[in-house]
Amino acid sequence: MITRFIDRHQRWLFPAPAVIFIVLMMIFPLGYTLWNSFSGWSLTAGRPNTLIGPQNYVELLQDARFWNAVLNTFYFTALAMTVELILGVSIALLLDAKDYPGKRIVTSLLLLPMMATPVAVAMVWLLMFEPTAGVINFVLDELGLPEPLWIAGTNSVIPSLALVDIWEWTPLITLIVLAGLTGLPSEPFEAARVDGASYWQTLRRVTLPMLLPTISVAGLLRFIDCIKTFDIIYAMTGGGPGFSSETLNIYTYTQAFYYFNFGYASALLVIFFTIVTGVSLLVTYSRRRLEV
Amino acid sequence: MAASTTTATSRPRRQRTRRIAGNLIYTMALLLVVFFLLTPFLWMVLNAFKTPLQIIKLPPELIFTPTLRNFENVFGTQNFMRYIMNSVFIGAGCTLIGLLIGLPAAYSIARYRQNRLAVAILMARMVPGITFLVPLFIVFRTLGLVDSYASLILAHMLVGLPFIVWVMVPFFESIPRELTEAAVVDGASAVRTFVTVVLPLSGPGIVTASILSFVFSWNNFMFSVVLATNKTRTVPVAIYNFISYAQIDWGGLMAAAVVITLPVLALAIITQRYVIRGLTAGAIKG
Repeated sequence: MITRFIDRHQRWLFPAPAVIFIVLMMIFPLGYTLWNSFSGWSLTAGRPNTLIGPQNYVELLQDARFWNAVLNTFYFTALAMTVELILGVSIALLLDAKDYPGKRIVTSLLLLPMMATPVAVAMVWLLMFEPTAGVINFVLDELGLPEPLWIAGTNSVIPSLALVDIWEWTPLITLIVLAGLTGLPSEPFEAARVDGASYWQTLRRVTLPMLLPTISVAGLLRFIDCIKTFDIIYAMTGGGPGFSSETLNIYTYTQAFYYFNFGYASALLVIFFTIVTGVSLLVTYSRRRLEV
Repeated sequence: MAASTTTATSRPRRQRTRRIAGNLIYTMALLLVVFFLLTPFLWMVLNAFKTPLQIIKLPPELIFTPTLRNFENVFGTQNFMRYIMNSVFIGAGCTLIGLLIGLPAAYSIARYRQNRLAVAILMARMVPGITFLVPLFIVFRTLGLVDSYASLILAHMLVGLPFIVWVMVPFFESIPRELTEAAVVDGASAVRTFVTVVLPLSGPGIVTASILSFVFSWNNFMFSVVLATNKTRTVPVAIYNFISYAQIDWGGLMAAAVVITLPVLALAIITQRYVIRGLTAGAIKG
């Protein structure tokens, strides 16, 4: 009897547990956040959870720390993403260009940075970045190069954090492009060879244009992850020195879990969410377009 | 070989020199990539076996007498074994429950093309985790569930479930319709068809999904640092707490980093074929 019932309603019974999870753990929290963003709720200021209208948003727009966080977020994202894309595609082309012993070992090494626990990775970079006792500045000193302050300097902190992210996630781009390369049809390459095209000509006119859909999806995936980078920034700088590496994610975290300004933090979340969802929709849209 | 060298004119020889030079540059570029990938790991492992004095010594010693003191400290003075067990328990819990609700959902998405549901689940992957974390923290706090395994497993499922669905939908789509239809014709119920026909064919997919879900739960920091305070503290939070002391114990920090990274890396290497497929699945068509 029950099995007959399941058979007939398989279409919604199978996904039902997942749907319940989505409603409880995703949709309800989002709705609750939207509600809270119109409340003055703050544990530290002792304000109760009562609606105060759009005041949080008005305050946000005048909050210099918010705009600083927006700027930092986009600076970090643009920097990390651009380098990761260029480096990732180049390394994939490099790895793919020839056959050499140990090719599969190199491919598996690519997995290591992104699978390693980000907080552990952050600690190692912290030690390497150490301005006086760190190995990076030691090597730079030996080579007679200038020694930056890395994460201790207000101007060098975001590029330094981006470097860690680049180390961690460039391999993902490489793996995606490598997978894309194996999926390419061979005819265009044969045609190019028959026509006597050089390696660079083939690369520019055949390989890269055919890889473009793969590369843009990889780039958009990275965008989504870069913009919400939390672990390495929080563990290495906590947003410092000062607020010079405070991104939207870190600032929201601080508002919510240091100051316990739940209302204000919720307004921040709504803005942050809107930005990322906008990008996500772009991803979905471009994927659909590229797949045609 | 011998014949070709004796009859060699200057042109092929020049070509050969060019080829050797090209190979040399190529090899050096490859080594540079490998060097960049591995240096942080090398540094982690080296310093985990050094005394505090050796760590700050410049130039750094690459050959030295290793000490196990750091590891003894990590497991002795810190309650590190407990944190490892917490991480394993939460990772396994979030993966098992994730599979339990994710597999039928993914199958249904694949079979009935429920794209809206797929997008909703993938939203968890797109939306910043903190968007869910703040309201969930408030709710868990009201329910007295902060620092409970239940709250951590539920929160980590937000990380694991999208991976499971992400990997399984294309996998289920590739299973020929005829197989399930044959089972139905033979009188098997929907659940029976799913469990005895579909799932046994999906082994590699389930392995991939489980590994990704477990690893990203093990690595997760943001949910744990807020929701796990004492009893349920996971390893990333434990290692982060190391640096809150006035004097950073770099040796202990690196030893802890080795202890928490090594299992994940070993798992990734052993199952790399699956993991690579899982990580790149979303970007490549299919």
